Amino acid sequence: MPRLECDGREVPLAEGESVLDALLRAGVEVASSCRAGACQSCLVRVTSGAVPARAQAGLKETLRARGFALACQIVPETALAISLEGKSDLEVAARVEAVDRLAADVLCVRLRSETELAYRAGQFVTLLRSDGLARAYSLASRPADGQLLELHVRVVAGGRMSNWLATEATGASVRLRGPAGDCFYTSTDAEQPLVLAGAGTGLAPLWGILRDALAAGHRGAIQLWHGARDVEGLYLRAELAQLSREHPHFSYHPCALAGDEAGELRIGRLDELLLRAVPSYARQRFYLCGDAPLVQGLKRKLFLQGAPLREIFADAFLGASAP
Amino acid sequence: MSSIYEQIGGEAAVEAAVDIFYRKMLLDDRVAEYFESVDMDRQRAKQKAFLTMVLGGPSAYTGKDMRAAHAPLVKRGLNDVHVDVVIEHLGGTLKELGVSDEHIAAIAAVANSVRGDVLGR
Repeated sequence: MPRLECDGREVPLAEGESVLDALLRAGVEVASSCRAGACQSCLVRVTSGAVPARAQAGLKETLRARGFALACQIVPETALAISLEGKSDLEVAARVEAVDRLAADVLCVRLRSETELAYRAGQFVTLLRSDGLARAYSLASRPADGQLLELHVRVVAGGRMSNWLATEATGASVRLRGPAGDCFYTSTDAEQPLVLAGAGTGLAPLWGILRDALAAGHRGAIQLWHGARDVEGLYLRAELAQLSREHPHFSYHPCALAGDEAGELRIGRLDELLLRAVPSYARQRFYLCGDAPLVQGLKRKLFLQGAPLREIFADAFLGASAP
Repeated sequence: MSSIYEQIGGEAAVEAAVDIFYRKMLLDDRVAEYFESVDMDRQRAKQKAFLTMVLGGPSAYTGKDMRAAHAPLVKRGLNDVHVDVVIEHLGGTLKELGVSDEHIAAIAAVANSVRGDVLGR
């Protein structure tokens, strides 16, 4: 019988048995529901061994790329090691190197991690202060930046973490947990048009995803839509405009709710401008990042306009709620 | 004899069907309220499991899960009319994908057989 290991522990496997059944029989706590490869409840991460195609059928490419598979659909024929720690909750120590203003209410927080964090541009981390205060932020940096990590943090009125970062965090030791999230670039189809849309600090993951796609030599058209309340909130404008000049297949579409239209700047709601400008929806891959109402609303609208749900990668930011 | 699931193209066909079906449900005012504030990816996965089951694909359907999932909706007024809407859109989806009327009738009968589980009867 092939050897099955789960998080370092051997799990006895019976003839023809699925990984899910073996785990359940061994008393390992693992979620499951349809047991038919459809509901995706029993998602596990294969850390070594062969993953049958049917165990990844229907999974998003970003999950497949990370080795995720459905335990109910794996009947191991050779040795297999899996992990139930889907979000790979490793913590790394880091130091706040610098905090700068990107816009009136947006900080650029630069961190240096003690060891290199394995992540994909566009994923998010949980930032932990020494007293345990924790907030999740998207990474704006790319793995190519090594131990230098960049976060874009909106300063929230009364926000404990953001105001600490704005005023006294420089030089402080913090911890990072993660990364998590499946909103990142994968190079399955280099010709596929990409539409990146985000509001406010939703630009952080998109900034990483965009540069990742360009660095990977993505050939399909790439649009980046960034929305803000006013023109001053549109940060990284010069950098994005510069990238659009350097890469003819990349276009930058800043939009604000108030102000005067000038150059590429449009005035109006991001979702309305985007829905009006994108000619059809069946071909593109979408990356949507920012506050939950915008992201969830746009996801639904794009889906109803014909975008396949699996081509919509959405990272909805949820603010911290009171305990 | 192979199942309808295999005849129409298996998993790939269900992948195509589920987006069409889900869109029809979201656009239908008679049922849309039951889809507000649900995670779209999770909802899609559940619908895919349902479509796989009614098409005769690999499934471990349990009426118990169906009852549990719909119990809160029944409290909110889910009734026979809504199940009819589901069966209607299931038929419309399959028709768009070129499934014969004869097959659609057979699939609708399978879908209809879970009515009691959905409505907790």
